[in-house]
Amino acid sequence: MSAPATISDLRKMSAVETCHAALDRILATASLNAFNTIDGDRALERAADIDRNRARYASAPLAGVPVAVKDNICTRGLKTTASSRILEHFIPPYDATVIERLHAAGAVVIGKTNCDEFAMGSSNENSAFGPAKNPWAVDRIPGGSSGGSAVAVAARMTPLAFGSDTGGSIRQPAAMCGVVGLKPTYGRVSRYGLLAFGSSLDQIGPFAHTVRDAAITLGVIAGADPADATSAPQKVDDYEAALTGDVKGLRVGVPSRMLAEGVDPEISRALLTALDTLRARGATVVDIDLPHAKYAISVYYLVATAEASSNLARYDGARYGLRSADADLGAMYMKSREAGFGAEVKRRIMLGTYVLSAGYYDAYYLKAQQVRTLIRRDYDQAFEAVDVVAMPTSPIPPFKIGEKVADPLQMYLADIFTVSANLAGLPAISVPCGFSSGCLPIGLQLTGRPFDERTLLQAADAYERDTEWWKQQPPIAG
Amino acid sequence: MSALTKAQVEAVAALANLELEPAEIELFARQLGDVLTHVEELKQVDTTGIAPTTSTSSPGGAATQGVEREDEVRPSLAIADVLANAPEREKARDGGFFKVPRIIG
Repeated sequence: MSAPATISDLRKMSAVETCHAALDRILATASLNAFNTIDGDRALERAADIDRNRARYASAPLAGVPVAVKDNICTRGLKTTASSRILEHFIPPYDATVIERLHAAGAVVIGKTNCDEFAMGSSNENSAFGPAKNPWAVDRIPGGSSGGSAVAVAARMTPLAFGSDTGGSIRQPAAMCGVVGLKPTYGRVSRYGLLAFGSSLDQIGPFAHTVRDAAITLGVIAGADPADATSAPQKVDDYEAALTGDVKGLRVGVPSRMLAEGVDPEISRALLTALDTLRARGATVVDIDLPHAKYAISVYYLVATAEASSNLARYDGARYGLRSADADLGAMYMKSREAGFGAEVKRRIMLGTYVLSAGYYDAYYLKAQQVRTLIRRDYDQAFEAVDVVAMPTSPIPPFKIGEKVADPLQMYLADIFTVSANLAGLPAISVPCGFSSGCLPIGLQLTGRPFDERTLLQAADAYERDTEWWKQQPPIAG
Repeated sequence: MSALTKAQVEAVAALANLELEPAEIELFARQLGDVLTHVEELKQVDTTGIAPTTSTSSPGGAATQGVEREDEVRPSLAIADVLANAPEREKARDGGFFKVPRIIG
């Protein structure tokens, strides 16, 4: 067992050597299918520039750190496909705001990672370019939708990666691959340049080996952006300074009624052990009730698909992306979309279009938004008595590739613990908290108050200090 | 709710600008029916007088108030860069344009 290199280790090293090592590792683990596109030459040029100008990058928090970026975040001059045929050859003319901020911080973008098509899925099986594979068991899913980013960090290709989280798409693959995954508060990070899926839910966040690395990275990408009207004006805190290890008096809420059924017994046991670890550091564990959380899946799949059906209307073959030629404009739109979108994307566009259509709007969409208010109020109430909420990230361990493809509803139901943070706009993090008897990673999810990433990261870091799960190396990375 | 009818699926597909294959129509009729049956559970929740949440940006759940800035000219992307991804484009003196099938006969 050897601990993975962290940001503070890598900042001391030659950027070019680090970049070469990352590129070699990506090649050696290519069978995991974590990357859609590798940008080796430009990454090496950029690393050389950093090495030549070390003085200029002396205080850059990510100087020379190679990063992998989910393929639904725009990178200027570098293909951004959303793992979809419809954008297979799309090269953005601009960088997402997070990419600009990463460049300013000295990070080296090394490539674009595989994901479920347009971030729609929980297994990475909906990629038009084949699924990424879990480095702990290559016949199993890595989770999704940001599967490739989780795999890149878990298999030690890059120490940092980025994903988007609409209903758990950072936290769930982080849990299933045994790494840290952070979804910041809605509005904390600019989404300018993120291909929109569910605009009231989407948020960008990092994957890392340690909570400290996630905290440093959040400090780089957080903050208001004039290009995204939903980015929040709230002050960006010094997240690394919050990692004191002190959780004396911290109140950890556990919605035990919600966890009573449907959770894999090994995952339940791992959660209880994690709570004991926090207690031993001086935290108190409090039982809470989130009475409407059980409706979160229904609310989520109505709200997210409605927003998606509207957002994905732009892919019509007119201005960019795949076009199926036809002499008639309407037929050109329909044929292009039919040829360009995969099954899950079409299924969600159909569901979203249905629930927004005349006669059904009130019964489905409006009703879902009202229950969303109740879910949010449950959390507001809980946070009067506790500082963070603890749950498993996923109720099930990573399953075998292909096992659940035929039954989308069963796949949706497994998102039960992650979607409510998006519906309520709350920050949440998944940290490794154990392994199943089959040696599959298990994740602990902590959820915090809006814009209180400090407390969330402080709690997660304190927990991590008393565990060594994050140091474990998957067999493929050996 | 059970499966949607073929006609319902076709009508929704037309609204969504999707030209589905016959096999997809059959599959989606069943799968969308499954999901819509599941979400029926929301009927159990009393939402009388509850305001809908459209955004979590504000405490009340309404969308963010208008975000404004000075109305000043700022640089934007070059036309050639924007057209670079176009499936079909036409060069012109003012920079060019996207080309689509004829709309007006």
